[in-house]
Amino acid sequence: MADLTDGRGAVKRRIGTRLWLAGGWLTLLLLAAVFAPLVAPQDPLAQDLFLTRLPPFWEKGAEAGYWLGTDSLGRDVLSRVIYGARLALVVALVAGSITCIIGSALGLMAGFLRGWVDLVISRLIDIWMAFPPVLFSILLIAVIGPGLHSIILAIVIIDWTRFARVVRAEAMAQGAMDYVASAQVAGRGRIGTMLREILPNVLPTIVVLLTLEMGIAVIVEAILSFVNLSISTDDPTWGGMIAEGRASVYQAWWVLVFPLITLFLTVLAFSQLGEGLKDRFDPVLR
Amino acid sequence: MFWQKLIARIGTTAVTLIGVAVIVFVVIRVVPGNPVAMMLPPGATEADVARLTALYGLDKSIPAQFLIWVQGVLHGDFGTSITTRQPVLDLVLGRLPATLELSIMALVMAVAIGGTAALTGTRLRGTKAEGAIDVANGMALSVPDFLWGLALILLFGVLMPVFHISGRVTPSLELPFTTGFYLFESLFRLRFDLWADIVSHMLMPALALAIPLAAIIGQLLKQSLKETMHLDYVTLSRTKGYGENHVITREALPNAILPTLTLVGVQFTFLIGGTVIVERLFSYEGLGNMAIDAVINRDLPLIQGIVILFAVIFTAVNLVVDLLYTVLNPRLRHG
Amino acid sequence: MSFLSVKNLTLRLRDNRAPLLRDVSLEVSAGEVHGLVGESGAGKSMIGKAVLGILPRAVEIAGGEIWLDGVDLLALPPAARRKRVGGLAALIPQDPLTALNPSRRIGPQITDRLVDILGWKRAEAEARALDLLGEVQINDPARVMRQYPHELSGGMRQRILIASAFAAEPKLIVADEPTTALDVTVQKQILRLIAGMQARHGTALLFVTHDLGVVSKVCQSLSVLYAGRILEQSTVRDFFAAPSHPYSAALLGATPKYTDPEGSLTPVPEAIIARLRAEIAAYDEAHHG
Repeated sequence: MADLTDGRGAVKRRIGTRLWLAGGWLTLLLLAAVFAPLVAPQDPLAQDLFLTRLPPFWEKGAEAGYWLGTDSLGRDVLSRVIYGARLALVVALVAGSITCIIGSALGLMAGFLRGWVDLVISRLIDIWMAFPPVLFSILLIAVIGPGLHSIILAIVIIDWTRFARVVRAEAMAQGAMDYVASAQVAGRGRIGTMLREILPNVLPTIVVLLTLEMGIAVIVEAILSFVNLSISTDDPTWGGMIAEGRASVYQAWWVLVFPLITLFLTVLAFSQLGEGLKDRFDPVLR
Repeated sequence: MFWQKLIARIGTTAVTLIGVAVIVFVVIRVVPGNPVAMMLPPGATEADVARLTALYGLDKSIPAQFLIWVQGVLHGDFGTSITTRQPVLDLVLGRLPATLELSIMALVMAVAIGGTAALTGTRLRGTKAEGAIDVANGMALSVPDFLWGLALILLFGVLMPVFHISGRVTPSLELPFTTGFYLFESLFRLRFDLWADIVSHMLMPALALAIPLAAIIGQLLKQSLKETMHLDYVTLSRTKGYGENHVITREALPNAILPTLTLVGVQFTFLIGGTVIVERLFSYEGLGNMAIDAVINRDLPLIQGIVILFAVIFTAVNLVVDLLYTVLNPRLRHG
Repeated sequence: MSFLSVKNLTLRLRDNRAPLLRDVSLEVSAGEVHGLVGESGAGKSMIGKAVLGILPRAVEIAGGEIWLDGVDLLALPPAARRKRVGGLAALIPQDPLTALNPSRRIGPQITDRLVDILGWKRAEAEARALDLLGEVQINDPARVMRQYPHELSGGMRQRILIASAFAAEPKLIVADEPTTALDVTVQKQILRLIAGMQARHGTALLFVTHDLGVVSKVCQSLSVLYAGRILEQSTVRDFFAAPSHPYSAALLGATPKYTDPEGSLTPVPEAIIARLRAEIAAYDEAHHG
């Protein structure tokens, strides 16, 4: 009873700001990605060997038009960050959604149908949990070759268990409730019950997981670009920029800093969106 | 009862490990191109390639290769690395100590940081400081080790260069070590100069790995403490004349740790999985860094060995956590 | 002078300042058993909690004094207050199933106060605990000291908590509905045990209960509470002979007689409740809510 005292209004307000900030950043990113050719001050691929390692605008030796400086090949950091958002968001949306659908479907089946279906899926989850995920993704990319499709495929193959585990547990809990039994008495089939009765109740959890997964997908893409396995090295990716920035961190820190900050904010935004949604869906604030 | 459970657990663990072995085996043999061809100098004949392929057993069918591999493993032979031509087991065991030391150091840091956060937050509950701890926890939780590693490189490698951000030990130092456990052995040999150098190298990668786990521990433990602090035995202890610090650490903490422990087990395996990329980030000579090199070089037997070793470590960690839970919980111990 | 003297104690909720206790005063002399009676929510156990310094965080003390053995507890700094209360008073809690720490053995849970707070030698404290466990009729006390709470029944655990409360030979024990959570068959035994221990040790007892039947057996004096107000204070003999407040009379009528447990249970009449509500509202009005 002691903790009921913290004003509920204050908690709600904080969630509100959190959701707004996260949503605002992601919208900004989406707009930048869609209108990249209009927004980016430079061609992200254009190299200029006379303008290598220019510092950002507030430092001495900066050059107008290259607001956040240039990398070792004279490419504009700001423009590359903006174009990099394209790949990041495509991966987040596509890989996130496909992973979500496949993982949730398997989790739902395992949790509600039980029996041998559950046995097989649970065993697969166990096996998957025994793989180091980063190494697994790097290995997969090495096998199927670099490229956008490979990244998406790798994320789906690795991360479906995140959905399957949670959804399975939720579906099991829901399946044990009275309303499910009454739905079956009312003559609904097993699959019908699963889709009409269980799924809607598990959906809030799935949506929250999906937001979190999008943040994870962005990171995985960055990691794969960092290890130089994502897509061709010229194309602007945040991970690729980070890899280059890491190598020349003592000569040109800005090549690392700006994509890193962008990545930080994006991951934070996705997770805050997820947390905010979770609190919204939860009738009793946890 | 206890032994039955243990045997059942070992059974499922074995199934999991076999599953991992089969999947890696199949996946890496789908690799297009003959990895053997890459290791021969240009101008090697078809016959040379064929001979070397046969030497590594890569000319047989996948099931046949798997059987050969399993037979080898049962005799302690994990095959031979294609790039270095050394036994996989030697290579992997040579790097294992570095990764284990890093993971354990990270775990210790995570427990220390997360535990402090949870205890301080509980002690200061209802104040602004508690809110600040919660916000910091939330941030630390959302951002993965990869990004924390990069942030630490910038902060403590470039902006304030106080720690090493590359390697495991300064290369110019003479190392008297006979084992791979540099951190422990330097302490054991009372070589504090070396120990300081090693710690200075490990601190940043370990912290990067520790931050997300610390946040999880902080959050779970604080939640668990909060629930425990409402219970009657805590109140009873207050009437005996004990202060808040004693009540939190002696009465509430031992009972709050158990629910946290079960979840920290899985999270620790995530931390170990994270060493792969963090070692790469800090050029730390551990298993993970070797694994990425092996993937880039298409060193199939080595990749196989490393993945299996990771799987063994993961399942072992989970097993240990389960046993620890049984031992620490008096209700299970006697029930 | 009374051993415990509560003067004009007012408690309220921290956030909306809703009053929980309104200007409550009571006196308990050394060795006296005083019953606090009322329906749930009347604030009776809040008095005991305020005395022991274990009010929930949501509750604050808005005014009043609590004198224990000649010292105003509310004027002491928190640490000194805890020490003083720990040495002079003890609690027999309501629910024996949650009042023992599940991860600690029984022995230390009885001896810890003696050793840590009162500075006894461990061996002396253990000997004392063994004696007390014998006194509360526990077989093989040495074995029980080494056991964990989950290995013992609810009745056993309540006996242990009683022994633990008497361990430091306190001058005052707050018993917060000590039999409510137990089986009916065990209730009587525990009640008899508490009464016997109280008589032997000469401890003052603040007995919180909703059961007038229990009060008639154990207490010498009592206070009847409604909505945080004390309606009536008297000796048990006078009260059961002729309660002075109509609410008390109605409450007495609502209590099943031991001689006739199935007898007529008349609920408290609406008119009395309405009058009480009006009185409380008038009080709150006069004290600005």
